[in-house]
Amino acid sequence: MAAVKSSGRAAVNRLAVVGVIIATLIFLAPIYWIASTAFKPRALATTVPPTVLFQPEITSFIKLFVKRVQMNKPVDPEAYAAAPWWEQRIMDNGERVLRAGNSVQVSGYPSRFMNSLIIAITSTVLAVGMGTFTAYGFSRFRVKGEADLLFFILSTRMLPPIVVAIPMFLMYRAVGLTDTHIGLIILYIAFNLSFSVWLMKGFMDEIPKEYEEAALVDGYTRMQAFFKIVLPEAATGIAATAVFCFITAWNEYAFALIMTNRRAQTAPPFIPSQLGSGLPDWTVIAAGTTLFLLPVAIFTFALRGHLLRGVTFGAIRK
Amino acid sequence: MAEIVLSNVQKFFGAVQVIRDMNLTIADREFVVLLGPSGCGKTTTLRAIAGLEDITSGEIRIDGKPVQDLEASQRDIAFVFQLYALYPHLTVFENIAFPLRAAGGARADVEREVNAVARALDIGHFLGKRPSALSGGDMQRVAIGRALVRRPKAILMDEPIGALDAKLREDMRAELKRLHIENKATSVYVTHDQVEAMSLADRIVVMSEGVLQQVGTPIEVYQNPANLFVAQFIGSPVMNIADARLETEGDEAKVRLGDAGEAFGVPLALPGAIEASGRGAGGLSLGIRPEGVIVAHAPGKGLVPLEAHGIEPLGAYDIVDLKVGSGVLRARTASGFVGKPGDTVFARLDETQTHFFDTRSGQSLGVRLGA
Repeated sequence: MAAVKSSGRAAVNRLAVVGVIIATLIFLAPIYWIASTAFKPRALATTVPPTVLFQPEITSFIKLFVKRVQMNKPVDPEAYAAAPWWEQRIMDNGERVLRAGNSVQVSGYPSRFMNSLIIAITSTVLAVGMGTFTAYGFSRFRVKGEADLLFFILSTRMLPPIVVAIPMFLMYRAVGLTDTHIGLIILYIAFNLSFSVWLMKGFMDEIPKEYEEAALVDGYTRMQAFFKIVLPEAATGIAATAVFCFITAWNEYAFALIMTNRRAQTAPPFIPSQLGSGLPDWTVIAAGTTLFLLPVAIFTFALRGHLLRGVTFGAIRK
Repeated sequence: MAEIVLSNVQKFFGAVQVIRDMNLTIADREFVVLLGPSGCGKTTTLRAIAGLEDITSGEIRIDGKPVQDLEASQRDIAFVFQLYALYPHLTVFENIAFPLRAAGGARADVEREVNAVARALDIGHFLGKRPSALSGGDMQRVAIGRALVRRPKAILMDEPIGALDAKLREDMRAELKRLHIENKATSVYVTHDQVEAMSLADRIVVMSEGVLQQVGTPIEVYQNPANLFVAQFIGSPVMNIADARLETEGDEAKVRLGDAGEAFGVPLALPGAIEASGRGAGGLSLGIRPEGVIVAHAPGKGLVPLEAHGIEPLGAYDIVDLKVGSGVLRARTASGFVGKPGDTVFARLDETQTHFFDTRSGQSLGVRLGA
């Protein structure tokens, strides 16, 4: 009887493993598609059916990082012979690299990528930081009108942000915040703050207040107790909240498109603008997207331990 | 080490008063237990002393200094929590060292102090572990170590062993007693367990509904309960309490319990003594602990025949329920003394163990005989 039962359970387990593998493949397929496109020669990027076996090359990544223009006449064979190998690949595609004097002109991608990092990291740190303090206050002190205030904070998420895009743009223009880093940072903090407060409040409520009280009687001030005891205890929640806030800010497209155009433009609105001036060049877009995926992947991977515990927090604690 | 004085302390939570005009002096080096049912204000009192709870009015002095407006961190006391409250992200060593680090102790000093405490509590072998790897008893040892290490003016304990299982509780009780004898720290200990209170306390403070009911040594509180609440809260099994009527017939005085047909003999001096107490206008209640009900197999002078209708064998002794009118008088007898329910035994009340209370006010008349 027992043997039958356990073999039945083993079969269920095997079935579950198969299910997980299938799900994983489905989830990974688009990522594989975009990453493989980035390494394809331009001619193979849009074949039907898609090319699976090909000689990978990094031309699209080079193109992503340099300024180039479509050539209106065939390349001069002498110049072709004199060019370095990577420039020859670009010339093969009928484009030439722009130079200022002797040096190659760098495309907008690195600075847009940098903008994305600055804006996403800054807004995440501030949103999570402010959310943590606010949540601590709501969790530990009697706040007048606590329920109303918390509902008000939540209500800021009830309207799809894009609804207010036009008035926001007009306001931003009036105060000179369009196309500034600080402008997008403020916007993304506003998007994330209510989420951060609510998520962190859940985590704060789970931390027994006796921990701080023990620190208080042991000779620490409320502030010291917060930094030495509450913060390490809340690390899991902070990590989980930070991952979600970072992803939101990193991926945001609509407001970045509306509010910025050059100086403070982030990568999401920039990447599609690289579609090319002549023939659509999907490999460059794929290259830009692949690189764009890395920071979120690295960040999430680095915090995965915290994240897993964070998600199961309430379930395993008591 | 220091004396703790509470003067006219009041505490409200909103409209609910949880501490009513409390006055209490805890002497230097004394071990005082706050005892009472849950919700009686004992934990709030302890937290108010610690500074974890503000008081609404009154004064708290530690070592002569008013502290009610000071932060907990400035009061120089230690607190042991029921659920240990060990910092999960720190090792046992760091947990114990934590209070020393607040004062900015030198590294060598911290190490020496922590090791000394660890030796005293026999927890030296797991200083490098995280609290989550320890058993409940060991966690509470660490928590006590954290309290002792700083040598605070006083140690406050909130049901520190209440979460442990019975056997471990007994061990920890003995250990707490030993530690107090060694350290002589002024200690305030909150519990609802009278056995803990009796065995640990120099003095017991019995509380109910925010009011201090009685303060005294364990023996005083047990032998001279100030009122019906204390009488019934202390002692297990609980004291018998019954409405009492005194009757005098010639040179014999008797007390009739409830609606009983028979009356127990009491000393002739008793009615006079009760009258002299000037109390008892609210009706008279007699209290007697089960061990004060003396039973015999054979009739004799002053013995009242009673039917036994319930026997609880407890190993060392039995508790026998005797029918008195429509009420029950519980007696403590030798094991197996009464054969079976329905048997008749002969009982009297030990006059030195009778207590009289004013039924309406609940206050003791303070009349003791023969003691």
